[in-house]
Amino acid sequence: MGLATNNKQFKKMAESILPQIKKAAKKSLKARDGELASINRQLDILNGGIFADGELPYFKDKIAEIGHHPLRPKKLEILQINVGYMCNQVCEHCHVDAGPDRKEIMTRETMELCLEVIRNTGAHTLDLTGGAPEMNPDFRWFVEEASKAGIQDFIVRSNLTIIRANKKYYDLPEFFKKHNVHVVSSMPHYTRGKTDKQRGDGVFDKSIKALQELNAVGYGMPGSDLRLDLVYNPSGAFLPGDQMAMERDFKKALDEDFGIQFHNLFAITNLPISRFLDYLVASGNYEDYMYALVEAYNPAAVANVMCTNTISVSWDGWLYDCDFNQMLDLKVASKVKHLKDYNEDILNDRNIVISQHCYGCTAGAGSSCQGTVA
Amino acid sequence: MANSYYDPADLRKFGKITEWSEEIGNKFFDYYGKVFEEGALSAREKSLIALAVAHVVKCPYCIDAYTKDGLQRGITKEEMMEAVHAGAAIESGATLVHGVQMMNKYNKLSM
Repeated sequence: MGLATNNKQFKKMAESILPQIKKAAKKSLKARDGELASINRQLDILNGGIFADGELPYFKDKIAEIGHHPLRPKKLEILQINVGYMCNQVCEHCHVDAGPDRKEIMTRETMELCLEVIRNTGAHTLDLTGGAPEMNPDFRWFVEEASKAGIQDFIVRSNLTIIRANKKYYDLPEFFKKHNVHVVSSMPHYTRGKTDKQRGDGVFDKSIKALQELNAVGYGMPGSDLRLDLVYNPSGAFLPGDQMAMERDFKKALDEDFGIQFHNLFAITNLPISRFLDYLVASGNYEDYMYALVEAYNPAAVANVMCTNTISVSWDGWLYDCDFNQMLDLKVASKVKHLKDYNEDILNDRNIVISQHCYGCTAGAGSSCQGTVA
Repeated sequence: MANSYYDPADLRKFGKITEWSEEIGNKFFDYYGKVFEEGALSAREKSLIALAVAHVVKCPYCIDAYTKDGLQRGITKEEMMEAVHAGAAIESGATLVHGVQMMNKYNKLSM
């Protein structure tokens, strides 16, 4: 009975949302005032329905079974800074709901606060993300300053097409090289059709060109210190396959078809929030997807979920357990909630904020911004 | 009871068949799991074979399951459709090769 009622509810919701999606696929949810742009509505879906009915267990109960509730951080290793939600692409699955119409951009003032933290942190990895981080007007200044802090691994998550989007970005491969930036780029598939479907027309060809340019300056070449990793995430309501098998397929196809080299492939699960949640609900896949995540729950992945070694910083300086919680506006449960009050010891003594979207990070081999965890 | 013979939600309940016959149910799932592991054939190749057979035996649950499995493995829609044709060709070949029996019988009965 519960299931039948839910289905009806979801179908109704889907009918109301679907025409909007079709009409306005080039805009963020926020700009098209989509129902799911409301964070509360997203949390209602994640906490209600099949979870409230008891059909599926809450994440907290699942991790309590193995003594991991409350979930606690380990040593801080990664500072992930989101420098703004503006992006040149509007990907169908984007959990940031990024796009050209998003105006949330980190100011130089907030960057100064970040730099202060970067200089004093115990974390070994700095991870810049967005949006397209390169679209922040102070991006280059920030990279130059941050690279002086001597952090071990300095990641920039680049969507590739930005390198070809405008002349002013053409020299990005050289710029990354100069500052020994570790480039991590999204590539949903090694075929044009699937890539363009998820990310927009022309994305595949531009991405290929950008990868070739990164290769040309030494990025991703076998044995090169200039790290180039790719991120794969499924283009639809299914989970990623085996990371190593996917890496093998990607390497073979990209090398044979385009002579492209890269180091590793990170297979990342799409988490049911923001634009991806909107898609799941509108396409009638939400329940099946949540079932698939819960069925694939892997207790071994829980100990290493990324929120246990990462702090996520938003464009306006607030602190979160991960980028997903940032998008749900679930700030850290700590006295220290903002960069201006940053204190790593106090911050690390906290309980991690969880909800049902967390099943996305514990499915199968686990999922994090660095790929699988189990 | 549902008022149709097939309900997509039943697929997730497949594992429950062990509840009414645990030992042989478990033996089946162990066997099933083993069959689809990497072996002399890759798990990817076996997924495509399963998809072709799913169509030939016209199992809607299996078609759902192996279309999704193929997507997860990065199998393209062109590869999937070719696999379905391979199954369909064998199936129609199996029908048509009986035409030889028809021809034999026709010839035997005719003067």
